[in-house]
Amino acid sequence: MKVRARDPKQVWKEDFESSPARDDGLETSTISGIPLQPLYTSSDLPKREEELPGQFPYTRGIHPSGYRGRLWTMRQFSGFATAEETNRRYKYLLANGQTGLSVAFDMPTLMGQDSDAPTSRGEIGHCGVAIDSLADMETLFEGIPLADITTSMTINSPAAILLCMYIAVAEKQGVPADRLGGTLQNDILKEFIAQKEFIFPPAPSMRLVVDSIEYCAKEVPKWNTISISGYHIREAGSTAAQELAFTLADGMAYVDACIERGMRIDDFASRLSFFFDAHIDFFEEIAKFRAARRIWARWMRERYGAQDERSWKLRFHTQTAGVSLTAQQPELNIARTAIEALAAVLGGTQSLHTNAMDEVLALPTDKAARLALRTQQLLAYETGVANTIDPLGGSYFVEALTDEMERQAEAYFKRIEEIGGVIPAIEAGFFQKEIADAAFRYQQELEQKRRVVVGVNEFTVDEDEHIEILRIDPKLESEQVARVRDVRAKRDPARWSTAIARLRKAAAGTDNLMPYILEAVRAYATEGEIMNTMVEVFGLYTEKAVI
Amino acid sequence: MATKAPVRPVRIVLAKVGLDGHDRGVKVVARALRDAGYEVIYTGLRQTPEMVVDAALQEDAQVIGLSIHSGAHMTLFPAVVQELKRRKATDIIVFGGGIIPDDDIAALKQKGVAELFTPGTPLQGIVDWLRKRFPEGAR
Repeated sequence: MKVRARDPKQVWKEDFESSPARDDGLETSTISGIPLQPLYTSSDLPKREEELPGQFPYTRGIHPSGYRGRLWTMRQFSGFATAEETNRRYKYLLANGQTGLSVAFDMPTLMGQDSDAPTSRGEIGHCGVAIDSLADMETLFEGIPLADITTSMTINSPAAILLCMYIAVAEKQGVPADRLGGTLQNDILKEFIAQKEFIFPPAPSMRLVVDSIEYCAKEVPKWNTISISGYHIREAGSTAAQELAFTLADGMAYVDACIERGMRIDDFASRLSFFFDAHIDFFEEIAKFRAARRIWARWMRERYGAQDERSWKLRFHTQTAGVSLTAQQPELNIARTAIEALAAVLGGTQSLHTNAMDEVLALPTDKAARLALRTQQLLAYETGVANTIDPLGGSYFVEALTDEMERQAEAYFKRIEEIGGVIPAIEAGFFQKEIADAAFRYQQELEQKRRVVVGVNEFTVDEDEHIEILRIDPKLESEQVARVRDVRAKRDPARWSTAIARLRKAAAGTDNLMPYILEAVRAYATEGEIMNTMVEVFGLYTEKAVI
Repeated sequence: MATKAPVRPVRIVLAKVGLDGHDRGVKVVARALRDAGYEVIYTGLRQTPEMVVDAALQEDAQVIGLSIHSGAHMTLFPAVVQELKRRKATDIIVFGGGIIPDDDIAALKQKGVAELFTPGTPLQGIVDWLRKRFPEGAR
């Protein structure tokens, strides 16, 4: 009689269960709390048709050639102090092999106010570069040919103004708008949800976003009109699945708004781009990126009926997780960032920012900024990871986790729909509460040492090494204030007042505001003046703070 | 016969000063202090020093906790202390948190900020500090 061999998986299961387990009390779920099996096997793989890069639903990447065709763009987010100093840093980064620019603005610029506004005091040039008018923007890009580079601008409430400034600088360089390439963050929904740099209420905010998308579809066709961002949602404390779900839900809300305006999906969908976080939980992040592409492709094709393949493809930028960096033993941040960057690359990102080790303390020094860029170059040119497309495709674990991400995101889409959509959910505080709950849960896990952050709640040292940090000269503040006042004094007052009056009238009507903003920018109206003109019509939004 | 006034919980006004909207930290601290038995009033975003002191006086708070991530702490934290002086409310203690370099911590303490907590501080560290300052609750 033949003895039937025991099922090897069953044997493994029994062996595993009878083996001693670590008793360190640490969580074995992902950092977001997804329970993990100790082992994944072929039985965890769903039955589905083979997925291939460059083919719907693009789980394995949007390009048939992966990084064999083209490496990701190394795009370091950078900006500090004045336009003049930042211009020097850009030239330094470009000379060191960076392939695209990414502008960080200071808080007054992000909040649409001029450097001489009373609440700008102490904030000028700290988080990024101070831009008050076209004059500053001209300085920022002095000697940098805008026809030859692409530029990403991280700005939201005043995004339309900064885009108009960029177009106006290009005009002066003799570069027509249809040759400009770059990305505007322009994602107001995640501001209400997470980063909180809102100014106008949701409805006029959405109008401005749609105005810029509509305008660019005609006039600046190579521009990525919006970078729908999960980064800030994640940094505010969300889980990976929340980041994925809320970001894609925001994306769909923009699509709905554009369709409502009367645009055809295939006229704008290919210019939508995304921006995700690369956090420290390696496989979860890779699964998140893969799931994002699959979900977006399905929704674009099946729900929105997009016909153009380019409308189905989710393209994204990634930044490593600022929130994972530690002030304690900051050199450890180089290792963290390298691992996170690797996850982004294995997840198929189109462009990448790697954080500098000192960003948890202040803006990066030249040396730290270069080290961060070098980390990407090391990944691209030394490790060999760019040679094979989606190298983790087919991994039992990664495929199962990709499916789990998709499942959790779809569950969130249903909940958001039940509340009535993204804006009602914002007004109900839904996202804000989900994120705050997740952030608090994670903090408690740290306090209870169920999770370890090396150098913070374990493996600590008494005395931290002192590292050099970048200081912003306090003199800069008064100089920038003088500069904006000088611009106001020297411009053509008639052209300025006509432009502002026309903008005010247009804001009260239904015209696309972009041409009016562009004319105000050309007339050297300051950012604060343009914003205030619109505030008069649109009003201000205040958030009901929920703990 | 002298009677001892009943102990009431310490009231803390937590505020985001400055222009940045990064409220993850302040919200986590708010929940932790509330769970530790303190009365917490969170003002929300973009509070000027005047607004913070107004809130603290209206709420009869003993402590003000300030959070900032934009780099404007050297301007705004001392401005809150100054405003307390101007309003003759120097019995209110000010502490702060956020991305604050070591060198700035010493300077801020000299300017009257009682304590500063930087990223990575255990929540219990903030609670322990408050317990030390108010061993018997508010008076």
